[in-house]
Amino acid sequence: MNIVVCISSVPDTTSKINFTDNNTKFDSCGIQFVINPNDEFGLTKAMVLKEANGGTVKVITVGDATTEPVIRKTLAIGADSAVRINKTASDSYTTALEIATYLKENPADLIIAGKESLDYNGGAVPGMIAEMLDLPFVNACNGLEIAENNAKVSREIDGGKEYLSASLPLVIGGQKGLVEESELRIPNMRGIMQARSKPLQVIEASISEDFTTSISFEKPAEKEACKLVDSNNVAELVNLLHNEAKVI
Amino acid sequence: MSVLVYTESWDGSFRKSTFEAASYASETAKILGTEVIAISLGEVSSDELDKLGNYGVSKVVSCSAIEKGDGQAATNAIAKITDDANILIFSNTNTAKMIAPRLSAKLKVGIVSNVIGLSESTNPLQVKRKAFSSKAIELATVNTATAILAIAPNSFKLIETGGNCTIEEVATNEKGAITIEGKETASGKISISEAEIVVSAGRGLKGPENWGMIEELAELLGAATACSKPVADIGWRPHAEHVGQTGKVVAADLYFAIGISGAIQHLAGVNSSKVMVAINTDPEAPFFKAADYGIVGDAFEVVPKLIEEIKQLKG
Repeated sequence: MNIVVCISSVPDTTSKINFTDNNTKFDSCGIQFVINPNDEFGLTKAMVLKEANGGTVKVITVGDATTEPVIRKTLAIGADSAVRINKTASDSYTTALEIATYLKENPADLIIAGKESLDYNGGAVPGMIAEMLDLPFVNACNGLEIAENNAKVSREIDGGKEYLSASLPLVIGGQKGLVEESELRIPNMRGIMQARSKPLQVIEASISEDFTTSISFEKPAEKEACKLVDSNNVAELVNLLHNEAKVI
Repeated sequence: MSVLVYTESWDGSFRKSTFEAASYASETAKILGTEVIAISLGEVSSDELDKLGNYGVSKVVSCSAIEKGDGQAATNAIAKITDDANILIFSNTNTAKMIAPRLSAKLKVGIVSNVIGLSESTNPLQVKRKAFSSKAIELATVNTATAILAIAPNSFKLIETGGNCTIEEVATNEKGAITIEGKETASGKISISEAEIVVSAGRGLKGPENWGMIEELAELLGAATACSKPVADIGWRPHAEHVGQTGKVVAADLYFAIGISGAIQHLAGVNSSKVMVAINTDPEAPFFKAADYGIVGDAFEVVPKLIEEIKQLKG
């Protein structure tokens, strides 16, 4: 089974977010980039499936050269090879089209992306790839088992889980639950050494016309200082919530 | 010219997020001087469909025969109805994300998700959206003539118009490749992403056996219960309750953080809430910097008192 995992390089979840150039660009100065957490659950699941059923795991990303440390980390975790489409990802549609164009030439049995990246939170790329390849798609996937050519899948719905089945090839928008946090893999020294010699193919981007454009950013308004209420006067808190904030 | 809204239903019923999307569509149609057409998929009774009129929908196109849960069939069905629509509105839910991006790719139109306000300009279309896990707001523009917008739940007020709508049933033979085998839902539970009040607790509660008072407080307030990531990871509470950057996103009117220190990843998932209350023994807990109201104290003493006071308030 050939599995392709779509990877996004995103600011570490503890990052403070700032903007430069008159609030038009994300300020990456001092930011540690990591594998998008939703993608990392998918990558780990791909490794588990490969170990059980054989096959290959290839990662693909749309990004400039600064994303390479994150790609090398996916190789150190265990992916066999990587493809980087050389373009700063700026729009869901063009990102999806670059990946779909590659996958049309190089088909996969299972395509796993994260349900959304933790930077722009668009959550549109996986569904778009599915449409461009005319494949079924399951979003917010939190369980996946493959037997022969069939997938048994669960996905998160409001207040519960839905169980689905489909035949491969299939596109997944993955999240926590595909594997648990405790199953995530930290690269060991051998993996890191091997990653250096694994193939990382760079392809030039072919599409340039974005459907959407980011104009500017702002940060949410600063909150006023917290009103502290004495722990012996809980009635005052209820009073404030009822009469001042008017939320209960 | 028209504004189209996809009206998501669950077991034949609409939810608040559906009506929010309809309200948003209705206000957008007012700006453009046009009408709102709703698309409903799957079995929904005419009584339920009629409710959409009250949120500004003038016509409902219902494809009751569609196989729900399969975005491919849904996308193909909707694509046939879009006609001359300028703007297609979705609610930004997990299910809508199986359809809206597909539709964007199929119709070759731009999509903006997580939208939090009406358009700043309509030509070109510019809207504000949440980005960087609610740590920032982005102004985005759509470069295509038609646009798809997915509205963040709890970010747009319901606007009742008292209007009526007509209903048109459309036959469809669209089939998808995905089979629904079954589902598991906790009945009577309030959805975290739609709840007006969320009562959330963390490791400060010391063990899963202490959640009784959290559930009691939530029930009293008609609130959803939630938890921090460590609590879900240790298995004290189900993963479905985990809110934060890698869990569910909360945009409630009122969010209680009880025994939750307020790590940046947790705050990223909840800071769209309008009013936040922190209860923690540690006065240095970062949550007090983000909260509107706080009590430095032991949850085991404060929460029972809170329950008593709210009982009195509710009479």
